[in-house]
Amino acid sequence: MKKHYLTFTPYCIWIFLFILTPTFVVLIFAFLNENSNFTLENFLNIKNYFGVILKSLGYTTAATSLCFFLAYPISYFASKIKSNMFKKIFIIAISLPMWTNLLLRTYSWMTILENNGILNNILKSLNLSPLKIMNTPIAVIIVMAYDFLPFMIIPIYNSICKIDENLIQAGEDLGANNFKIFKLIILPLSMPGILSGFSIVFVSCACCFFIPRLLGGGFNVLIGELIESQFMGSVYNPWFGSAISIFFMLLIILIIKITQKFNKTETENLTI
Amino acid sequence: MYNVSSKIVSKMSFAFIFLFLYIPIFIVIIFACNSSKSRCVFESFTLKWFSELFKDKIILEAFFNSLILALISAIIATVIGTLAALKITKLKKSKQNIFTGLNYIPIINSDVITGVSLMLFLKFFLNIFNKDFGFTTALIAHITITMPYVVLFVMPKIKQIEPNTLNAALDLGCSPNMLFFKIILPNIAPSIVGAFMMAFAISFDDFTISYFTVGDSFQTLPVLIYSMVRRRITPKINALFAIIFILVILILILINILNINSNKSKEI
Repeated sequence: MKKHYLTFTPYCIWIFLFILTPTFVVLIFAFLNENSNFTLENFLNIKNYFGVILKSLGYTTAATSLCFFLAYPISYFASKIKSNMFKKIFIIAISLPMWTNLLLRTYSWMTILENNGILNNILKSLNLSPLKIMNTPIAVIIVMAYDFLPFMIIPIYNSICKIDENLIQAGEDLGANNFKIFKLIILPLSMPGILSGFSIVFVSCACCFFIPRLLGGGFNVLIGELIESQFMGSVYNPWFGSAISIFFMLLIILIIKITQKFNKTETENLTI
Repeated sequence: MYNVSSKIVSKMSFAFIFLFLYIPIFIVIIFACNSSKSRCVFESFTLKWFSELFKDKIILEAFFNSLILALISAIIATVIGTLAALKITKLKKSKQNIFTGLNYIPIINSDVITGVSLMLFLKFFLNIFNKDFGFTTALIAHITITMPYVVLFVMPKIKQIEPNTLNAALDLGCSPNMLFFKIILPNIAPSIVGAFMMAFAISFDDFTISYFTVGDSFQTLPVLIYSMVRRRITPKINALFAIIFILVILILILINILNINSNKSKEI
């Protein structure tokens, strides 16, 4: 039995050294000032950025909801096709974009949405008035939803596929129409997938700093960018950056705990 | 149950989502063949960026840096992660929960916070040894973010192994070593390969973690692209993207053909 511990040690050391300790370092930094003295000022400072936090949550909620409304119909319709070959191809086709560079896909949206970009050129050729989307919140929300869409579709699709066909047939036999079957059987039973999709996309969107920077025109600072600028930018204030990181970590844990409350069954059904 | 109007809605939603997902990708590829450097106006078809790509030392170096980093970190993460998963599944339920909880930290934590915390921590060490950020720090960071996914990916497969099979093997005089190599390893091999590929993909495409941990001397492809995106991207990057995209599709097709073949041979 001793041998198993030997193979297990590297993992334990790694977890301790590179996951737990760095988190602890951030926690300590959050309570220090420039002269390494104990202070609570960093945390009190957070309230000055209340607007940024609120705005981040707003953008992220909008993007996650958009993502959901894009993902649910296709997951629902795809789950109705029962062939194994189709299932395989569908999963691959949905996850293929995840294998390509996120930054270049984001950059590609700049080409599409720019004031004299592809979308507006098409509108112009149709004699419609051009839209101003680039450098607005709408651009940020669309691209956030786009970038993380596969993470929403796959868990929802998996959870709808798992629904027992007999339940739906029983519902039909008892005289429920399509809408009732959807509302009373499919939607509640696909909840685990919806929630795991929601939490993954929400967390990914909330801290993604390059999307708002590239598409938001620089004045839409969100929390990810705020943290990044405290460590890499000219503002350099890792102490305050740490405090915000800790605050945000707690916020995310809170959100995940709330979604788990709703979700009594397991959330481990995500396969990538 | 499945009437004509819902069929039309179904087809439309498929078409819409796939266009939404793939149009930006195809735009990147189309602009790899654009004769002008503009990112909006397509002038005429050319393949000159593909040949120029192979002359650009900076891009090629960043590409190989990313490749080597992804390869090494994926190998290490897969080995350590698989060994850990083997052990974690044997632990008591309460201990198992502790480890899966710890394992979830880097997955749940957003990339920015993981990157920042690793940067602060590594900086502290680098100051002691008087070294700078570079390949080693990037390697540590990449293993840290990919290892939890390996554990998460391999563990369910280990749990699926029938305990009776193991007992039978032991009854028939199998040594623990033989048990591992003859029964456990062949059973979980497909998911180990899957975990390795996922670790490789995460590491190769990772921007945020690398951004905080690579420093100035060592540049990965996503970090280089980020520094370009803020100004203007050269079509050479588009060309590289097109090549990688086609390679990924070929690899996926190859894997699926191999899978189908191995399933067929199992049936016989």
